[in-house]
Amino acid sequence: MSFPWAKQYEPKQPLMRWLDEKLPVPRLVYNAVGAGYPVPRNLNYFWNFGVLAGAALGIQIITGIVLAMHYAANAGVAFGSVEGIMRDVNAGWFLRYAHANGASMFLLVVYIHIARGLYYGSYKAPREMVWLLGVTIFLLMMATAFMGYVLPWGQMSFWGAQVITGFFSAIPLVGETIRIWLLGGYAPDNAALNRFFSLHYLLPFVTAGVIILHIWALHIPGSNNPTGVDVKGEQDTVPFHPYYTAKDAVGLGVFMLIFALLIFFSPNLLGHPDNYIEANPLSTPAHIVPEWYFLPFYAILKSFTADFILPAKLWGVLAMFGSILLLFFLPWLDSSPVRSANYRPKYRAFLIVLLFDVLLLGYVGGAEANARNVVLGQIGSAYYFLHFLVILPLVAASERPRPLPNSITEAVLEKHAGTSPAKTALAN
Amino acid sequence: MVRFIAMLVGAAFTFVLALALWGTVSTAITDPAPESAEHVFHLHPKDAELSSAGFFGKFDNRQVQRGFQVFKEVCAACHSLKYVAFRDLAEIGYSEAEVKAIAGQWVIEQPSVNPDTGEAATRKNVASDRFPSPFANEVAARAANNNALPPDLSLIAKARHDGANYVYSLVGPDGYRPQPAALVKEFPGAKTPPGLHYNPYFANLNIAMPPPLTADGQVTYTDGTKATRDQMSKDVSAFLTWTAEPKLESRHGAGLAAVIFIAIFCFLAWGAYQNVWRDVKH
Repeated sequence: MSFPWAKQYEPKQPLMRWLDEKLPVPRLVYNAVGAGYPVPRNLNYFWNFGVLAGAALGIQIITGIVLAMHYAANAGVAFGSVEGIMRDVNAGWFLRYAHANGASMFLLVVYIHIARGLYYGSYKAPREMVWLLGVTIFLLMMATAFMGYVLPWGQMSFWGAQVITGFFSAIPLVGETIRIWLLGGYAPDNAALNRFFSLHYLLPFVTAGVIILHIWALHIPGSNNPTGVDVKGEQDTVPFHPYYTAKDAVGLGVFMLIFALLIFFSPNLLGHPDNYIEANPLSTPAHIVPEWYFLPFYAILKSFTADFILPAKLWGVLAMFGSILLLFFLPWLDSSPVRSANYRPKYRAFLIVLLFDVLLLGYVGGAEANARNVVLGQIGSAYYFLHFLVILPLVAASERPRPLPNSITEAVLEKHAGTSPAKTALAN
Repeated sequence: MVRFIAMLVGAAFTFVLALALWGTVSTAITDPAPESAEHVFHLHPKDAELSSAGFFGKFDNRQVQRGFQVFKEVCAACHSLKYVAFRDLAEIGYSEAEVKAIAGQWVIEQPSVNPDTGEAATRKNVASDRFPSPFANEVAARAANNNALPPDLSLIAKARHDGANYVYSLVGPDGYRPQPAALVKEFPGAKTPPGLHYNPYFANLNIAMPPPLTADGQVTYTDGTKATRDQMSKDVSAFLTWTAEPKLESRHGAGLAAVIFIAIFCFLAWGAYQNVWRDVKH
């Protein structure tokens, strides 16, 4: 597909030859994730996370389909049906804990996958479409995760749904009408629960479809690599199989190990105790917080506490959606031709600050809203927007990148001569 | 153009955040949020030292059975346990005959229908029944409890932060105590209202439930264990940990097997990776 030296699929078995003529599915697989896809030889472990995200989606779909066989999406019985799964369905506790923690694992690996893309400039030409599809997948995942969290119909489910659908009521004039239309009522109830279940079942398959496009778009230019330098020749690449299938198996093992520790030994670590209390519209929890993976965005929402032309709530909602939507413009905000942050000293420094900034926002999102935390959230939110919208374009225009290696192979040989390309680059 | 608009948007958000920051800081200086009594006097629960805690935790069935006895003789008067069935008691070591006897002799009967007249009636519990609620509905429960609603206890150990230790601390000898004089002096508005009881382990310090375990020997354990208040509160915490997470033991067992299996997989995958890449510098 991408490079002229890619190996060609040659079926030897008569049956496989027959199949290749009628429906070349084995050829497709061979070219996509087999020996027919040449990949840069210098990928590090951060390149495992795409495959891990795919595995996580597979686990979510399989456990989710079985859970749906036992779950009842009715506000009167939903909570009880989840307890039925936990107590009376064979291995039901395993399915439910795997699905609940699987969502966390999925978001975790996707966040690392996105951070990898930011660090190594994987969003830049010629991979803009890969990035745009990736941000679309992220949005679909967020919607799916939110609606999934509503289904157990605990206190946090109900009040989370109340808060998140409440965002729409910030829209001037039509907001309240839209909110009621989305919920099918004045507050989350049976109508909302049923449609959330329907969409929660649908969206993972939409996500899977967009993932196919994501991989398709990736395979046209081929994978990026830690130097960010384009592939120059056959010596720069190895076939995906067996080289990266073997490496991904190691990553998958470590992923499964962490996942198993969560499911079997601390399944409620990332959950909130209030979600073991059945939804009660008459009793508001002391602290309504979303799941951990939404906390940075929740912190941005909460940081807008001042009215200025628009009401504070609308600013917060615009900023929260804006904080994700701005990622769509990233390939055009960053005009630096150098991809990898290893060769971009200023960008690298700001990106490390951004990493800690997002972690700080995550802390603030879940913490008590006292003056200290609100101040931290406001400073953290300001840096988030400044980083992407102001600093990134300015740095790209002003920065002097370090000298790039001539090729991937040169970088690899230099590394084996004693110093890593990153170290050499940073020492210059 | 994209970059120009982006900078404008970035500047707008930053400006509004700066305004908000100004507001937060000036409010914090001119009108600082007052300390609350909950903030100063709330205590984190003490460790109940249950055998089910930790990676290899298992239930101590004798302790869980003692806890069940405390639940039956004390808690069940007001609290329901609606997600647990009598048959589930087999998991904590009761024989089939014992389960039948416990269900048949349970004081509160199951709501039912008179087979001849169709009128509402009650019948004796059987092993497949879930524990019946002591009150017919929420209104009845509130009417009998000074307008407070005794929560269902099936999931209480998971529905509170650090739930098992919370239950132990709340009902244990250390929980209910006279309101400290310092608290009333510092926060005159936070005096425990009549009808409520001071308890530093409860989120807002004032709980509607009267002290449930008031004297040593309140329950006479069939296994001869001395029923101190500390012992009874630990035992009931063990029982409610089981009702909230009845599959804990099989979860821990399966987890150990899964982790060993995956660790072997990791080891083999690492070996295969080293083998495949042995001739390729990367």
